Amino acid sequence: MRTFFDSAVESRYKTEEELRAITVNYCIALIPVIAAGCYAFGFNAFKVLLASVVSCVASEYIYQKLMKLPVTSLDGTALMTGLLLGLCLPSEVPLYIPILGGMFATIVVVQLFGGYGFHVMNPALVSRCFLLISFSEAMTEYKIDGLTTATPLTIMRNGGTPDLQQLIVFNEQAGCIGEASVLALIVGALFLLIFRKISVITPTVYLFVFTIVICLFGGQDISLNDVLTHIFGGGVIFVAFFFATDRVTSPVGRWGKVIYGVLLGLITAIYRILGTNTESVSYAVIFCNLLVPLIDKYFAPRGVVEKEA
Amino acid sequence: MREGLKQIYKGIVTDNPVLVLMLGMCPTLAVTKSAVDGVGMGLSTMVVLILSNMMISALRKVIPDGVRMPAYIVIVASFVTVVEFVLKAYVYSLYESLGVYIPLIVVNCIILGRAEAYASKNNVFLSMCDGIGMGLGFTVALGLLGLFRELLGAGTMFGINILRENASFEPISILVQAPGAFLVVACLAAIQNKLGLKGATNKRGKTKAGCNHDCLHCGGCMTLVGTENEKEGEKA
Repeated sequence: MRTFFDSAVESRYKTEEELRAITVNYCIALIPVIAAGCYAFGFNAFKVLLASVVSCVASEYIYQKLMKLPVTSLDGTALMTGLLLGLCLPSEVPLYIPILGGMFATIVVVQLFGGYGFHVMNPALVSRCFLLISFSEAMTEYKIDGLTTATPLTIMRNGGTPDLQQLIVFNEQAGCIGEASVLALIVGALFLLIFRKISVITPTVYLFVFTIVICLFGGQDISLNDVLTHIFGGGVIFVAFFFATDRVTSPVGRWGKVIYGVLLGLITAIYRILGTNTESVSYAVIFCNLLVPLIDKYFAPRGVVEKEA
Repeated sequence: MREGLKQIYKGIVTDNPVLVLMLGMCPTLAVTKSAVDGVGMGLSTMVVLILSNMMISALRKVIPDGVRMPAYIVIVASFVTVVEFVLKAYVYSLYESLGVYIPLIVVNCIILGRAEAYASKNNVFLSMCDGIGMGLGFTVALGLLGLFRELLGAGTMFGINILRENASFEPISILVQAPGAFLVVACLAAIQNKLGLKGATNKRGKTKAGCNHDCLHCGGCMTLVGTENEKEGEKA
């Protein structure tokens, strides 16, 4: 078991400098997203983000001190995990939720598997799922100015039509902190794409497959507005560019990435159409993360995953 | 008598089936949602274990070696059926919440493991003591796991509100669901390993327990599989 996962995960980052550079770029790319989130949801969003970042960095530091490991908690990976985790939480959650989530993400999901680079699932999303199962009430209650509001996807499921323009440019509707503005997400994603820090294959294939499945099976009289809400709502864009492209938890080769994108699009759409919870894209991602070693086994380019032999 | 007491002590403490031998993980993970469920499951298993140990021990010279597995299963299954009917008649709520895990006691590793490793080689009295010890050890372990998970996951203890009274406490409900069982058992194993205690997952401890990856010389269920295959091989 261990060798199977290790061989697939190893050598995602060739050097430590590369890891650091990518981490720094991710954090820079998240700046517009954070800014939009804090502007839309106010000071609470900032507090949630801060709590989750501090919790991630601190718990990694304490764990590594206790286990007498080399301390790497200040190299930026914990910061990135904290930011990503904070961005996929609602802004009004009580502060113990991001703190507990940060501890779970760094200790259970990353450190117990051998440290950053060796984890199998995306720490921020696993932690989000952990919190979603544990504190489902607090995690699915989206408030704006103190009023509980339905997310665009819930509005649509109940037969209403959410305001699409608002969703793309600046979301006054409910959602996680990172979903505040699709525009900000795209700006961040473009930054990563231009500097070639993420692959363009996975997001493209993912969004393409997702759109097709939603169009085909999304219901009898699905309108263009509905399809676009599906794409721009519920964090699909966020996941496509910031989680599906995470180097450690996605396949290495070109064909591996294509297959990963197809699977991800298919499973997200299935969850979206059949699932009871509309905001369930994170389950799709961690499920596909678990299939990555298998995909790598058959589709990784030669020489990258050769440790097994 | 002394020997019997020693066997009971071994079952509860030094060879605890769940905490040390890591046997019977399926009911351990599945039914420890609450303390009541855990203790109920433990006691039902204990009754079956005592009765089947005694029966198998009494019949140990009668049962031919080649068909001992089917014979054990028949004996265990009859006692499980009795226990199931009793639970259904007198504690229906427990019967409902344990569900399919009551019939599954038939294939519980602890019962078959003790039948093979102990009851088939020792007299009736000692086998009964072994059943009591192992059963109590199982009950204690399941009860404690259930208590812990129920306390943090629902804020109650044996169904009585403890932490819910306190408004600032929010139950971590993942602990009463399936993943919580894995998290709690893993933490337990980690503590055992850290302290160097005897345990099936502990490679560093001085005294080893469980299978030790030595399937041929192990008293647990793996031996059964091994010998059974060998027997079949000889026939072929």
